[in-house]
Amino acid sequence: MAAVAHEAHGHHDDHGHHEESFVSKYIFSQDHKMIGKQFLLTAVFMGVVAMLLSILFRIQLAWPGESSDFLSFFLGEKWAPGGVLSEDMYLGLVTIHGTIMVFFLLTGGLSGTFSNLLIPLQVGARDMASGFLNMLSYWFFFISSVLMFCSLFIETGPAMAGWTIYPPLSALPQAVQGSGLGMTLWLASMTVFIASSLIGSLNYIVTILNLRTKGMAMTRMPLTIWAFFVTAILGVLSFPVLLSAALLLMMDRLAGTSFYLSDIIVSGEMLTNHGGSPILYQHLFWFLGHPEVYIVLLPALGLSSEVIATNSRKPIFGYRAMIGSIMAIGFLSFIVWAHHMFVTGMNPFLGSVFVFTTLLIAIPSAVKVFNYLTTLWKGSIVFTPAMLFAIGLVSTFITGGVTGIILADAALDISIHDTYFVVAHFHVVMGLSAVFGMFAGVYHWFPKMYGRVMNTRLGYAHFWITIIGAYGVFFPMHFVGLAGAPRRYYDYTVYGEFDSGSLEQMMDLNVIITVFAMIAATGQLLFLFNFFYSIFRGPVSPQNPWNSTTLEWTTPVEHVHGNWPGELPTVHRWPYDYSKPGSDVDFIPQDVPLAEGEEEH
Amino acid sequence: MVTKLVILAVIILGVIAIAQMMRVYELSSKLRKTGEHEISNRDNRLNAKMMLGFMFVLFGGFIWLMLKYGWVGRGSAASVHGHDLDWLLNVNFVIIIAVFFLTNFLLFFYAYKYVKRPGVKAYYFPHDNRLEMAWTVVPAVVLAVIIIFGLREWNQATDEAAPEAIRVELFSKQFAWVARYSGMDNKLGKFDYKLTQEAETPNELALMTTETIDLAIEEMENGVTGMKALEAELNNQEIMISPEERSKKTTDLRRKESLIRLLYQMKKRHVTTLDALAYDDIIQKDTLYLCKNKEYEFNFRSKDVIHSAYFPHFRAQMNTVPGLTTRFKFTPDKSTAEMRVERNDENFEYILMCNKICGGSHYKMKMFVVVLEEEDYNAWMEPKMNGVKDLDGNWTVKPSTFHVALHPELYENKKVEEVEVEVADSIPAE
Repeated sequence: MAAVAHEAHGHHDDHGHHEESFVSKYIFSQDHKMIGKQFLLTAVFMGVVAMLLSILFRIQLAWPGESSDFLSFFLGEKWAPGGVLSEDMYLGLVTIHGTIMVFFLLTGGLSGTFSNLLIPLQVGARDMASGFLNMLSYWFFFISSVLMFCSLFIETGPAMAGWTIYPPLSALPQAVQGSGLGMTLWLASMTVFIASSLIGSLNYIVTILNLRTKGMAMTRMPLTIWAFFVTAILGVLSFPVLLSAALLLMMDRLAGTSFYLSDIIVSGEMLTNHGGSPILYQHLFWFLGHPEVYIVLLPALGLSSEVIATNSRKPIFGYRAMIGSIMAIGFLSFIVWAHHMFVTGMNPFLGSVFVFTTLLIAIPSAVKVFNYLTTLWKGSIVFTPAMLFAIGLVSTFITGGVTGIILADAALDISIHDTYFVVAHFHVVMGLSAVFGMFAGVYHWFPKMYGRVMNTRLGYAHFWITIIGAYGVFFPMHFVGLAGAPRRYYDYTVYGEFDSGSLEQMMDLNVIITVFAMIAATGQLLFLFNFFYSIFRGPVSPQNPWNSTTLEWTTPVEHVHGNWPGELPTVHRWPYDYSKPGSDVDFIPQDVPLAEGEEEH
Repeated sequence: MVTKLVILAVIILGVIAIAQMMRVYELSSKLRKTGEHEISNRDNRLNAKMMLGFMFVLFGGFIWLMLKYGWVGRGSAASVHGHDLDWLLNVNFVIIIAVFFLTNFLLFFYAYKYVKRPGVKAYYFPHDNRLEMAWTVVPAVVLAVIIIFGLREWNQATDEAAPEAIRVELFSKQFAWVARYSGMDNKLGKFDYKLTQEAETPNELALMTTETIDLAIEEMENGVTGMKALEAELNNQEIMISPEERSKKTTDLRRKESLIRLLYQMKKRHVTTLDALAYDDIIQKDTLYLCKNKEYEFNFRSKDVIHSAYFPHFRAQMNTVPGLTTRFKFTPDKSTAEMRVERNDENFEYILMCNKICGGSHYKMKMFVVVLEEEDYNAWMEPKMNGVKDLDGNWTVKPSTFHVALHPELYENKKVEEVEVEVADSIPAE
């Protein structure tokens, strides 16, 4: 591996100053900074699509059965006859919204963008260990995004079995039309996505382990890098299991095997499959599915650690405890998966083991929260838009985290499993936290990506609209769930037949939720505008706009191949020397040697 | 069309307006000679105040929601274990709401209080072992308590039912529930999915008796869509079949060929003494009747995809899985009438809903549940099991057992004793 890395360096030294063609610079680029931006733009596009889908089904939930021009505009007569969303398309929208948000925005977009951008810059490497594999990783991601996006437009509709695509529903086109071609495309897309994720993750791991610059000990790495490192390990260990789950499902669908199917009669057809177990699929799925939560969350926590330390002008509190928590969360995330399956018919004793491991994971999470709080304590806080989003992340991480304690308790899960309480929980703790972390990252490292600074005022407006909208959507949703509303219901007016009290509450809250969702979605237009405007017209950034200590801010604003024009910087200290006593300035970059008599933290 | 144009125009004008405002803002900041990355003290203080303000909005909103909607929709539990679970839920809620308020308060308050002040340097505080130990140990202790309480309830809720618990099967299919009571013997009859008949025939639930096996074999060989008919159709050169139709029918035939072997094997292996288990079972659609204060042991089956039997008011839920029998037990302890009074809603019904995505009409898949006082329950159940006889011993209401459904002719216009003899003859001795 070292030889490969050496070769890559040689390549940069030889050709660094040559003029590149448009194609090799912007399209088939092997430069990690460009690939990071490609990931970001693709993910932003997919995110906008997924957000739009959620608005479409939120309209149906708030005003069921009412004709809407908005729906007919986007879905046409086939999927919204008379402007009313069809039952099948409702499930399709829910499914693709979840899939895109979890995998394409929050995995590809978050880890893909920032691992690529920051790993070489923050560990002091000229590029990723393998630029070619890195490029391949992006293009696989691109292909899988195209496949997933296209599946929205086919005649039988996209996959409709929920983002967890539990068989038999996902295996039988007779059960729901989206399980035909739509599901095939879903599986194909995810297979390519997993390949992308694996290649990318291996590259991140190798780069972090082998290409750190002189002096960059593992214990001097910024927490972002620690988070990306553990995330990549989680991805490498768990995504192949999802691939196997998808392949077995593919074989059940196409080759007549019975991995997940047994004793089924669907729309009058008696199938011969016997002996398979749908619960096997759930085990395989959640063996990825739960680490996936942390694949989404850890990078966001890593980014916000950096942003909070920089903008509090204080070292992150308990650096080693933070690393320990990241590793503990990473380890525990592998032994908690069955808490998604308490009421699937799994042995209850197995359930109780998973109650124990799941609640354990609250400890490192609590440590992280308290460390963030202590970092803010007696700080000198600068409210950049990135800082606002990082604080928002800590808030949603708390709010969503505590409800997890209820859901992890198998006994309590019996009555709230698969209700809106679950939906609210994971949207807050995983969705909002990760999205806030992503926004914090984009605002903070935009100068490193495009050499310009995003507009601050629009950033403020964007943050405040987003956090108010987000809490406005998901706070009431907890109460819909506590009232017992099952998720993935097309129309809650069915409650009118047996419980008019609950019906009234649900309809009230659903309207509130949808209105806030629309406000929050509109708020994202500010971000999109700010983002694209600033790429071209934003004020040019100085080299180190936030007075930060990490290595990426020692590179020139203009991107150069190989990141540093001359020699690679040497690291002399940890990344959090902010407001260190005895220093005149309130930050000391990592490449500044220790002063006479100065102790490392 | 006009509205669409207007909307487009508004969006475009809005974008232009924002762009112009940004130009003005940028020019003015150029005049002030500060970079976009430098945050003015004014902006810092504004955001700090917003943080505090937002905290109040957040807490206020939460308290309002809690007071207005907190326990309204959920209502009180209607089963024995449900009360314990609700108590546990409340304990957990007290803990997490305390944590929620405390940590969010610290977060927003620190953000407000420690905003940058000119001349004040941040306090360099990289770590403190005692503090870190404290907030590792305290959550660990609290979680230990939560785990212990939680597991105790979980073990009780999922433990085996008492032997005398009433056994009921809930059968799920797209998009309906069917219940099967175990009848006099309190034992459910055996089943095999290959015996399933159409929805309106007696053996929709695929119960296994000597007759139903023969019936299934007959149907598969000589029925309307049986193998003989399929073969004849596929071999008939005078009718036109599209290639898709042909391949579909060929697949169907191949499936039936392999299933019929299994049916013959089943017939060979079938022990006739099992028939009696199924004969007294009672199949019930639309509404599930339960007896107050009686323990129920539910078995769940699925015909097609995964469903989930979700009884929100009894705090009970279990997935139904094709190819697997799952179970859950609970004891209803409030009758429907009592709950109607409690909720002040005379149309209130208990409900069994589907809570696992199962297709387009997932949201409509439900079954009403009625909990009756023991007396009323017996009055409902007795005729189902034994029918109603007039003074001469003739049935005025036939029993609703599976045996009656299989052999309706046996029960027509006959005296009870005659039928009982015939029935006894038709049921193989144990």
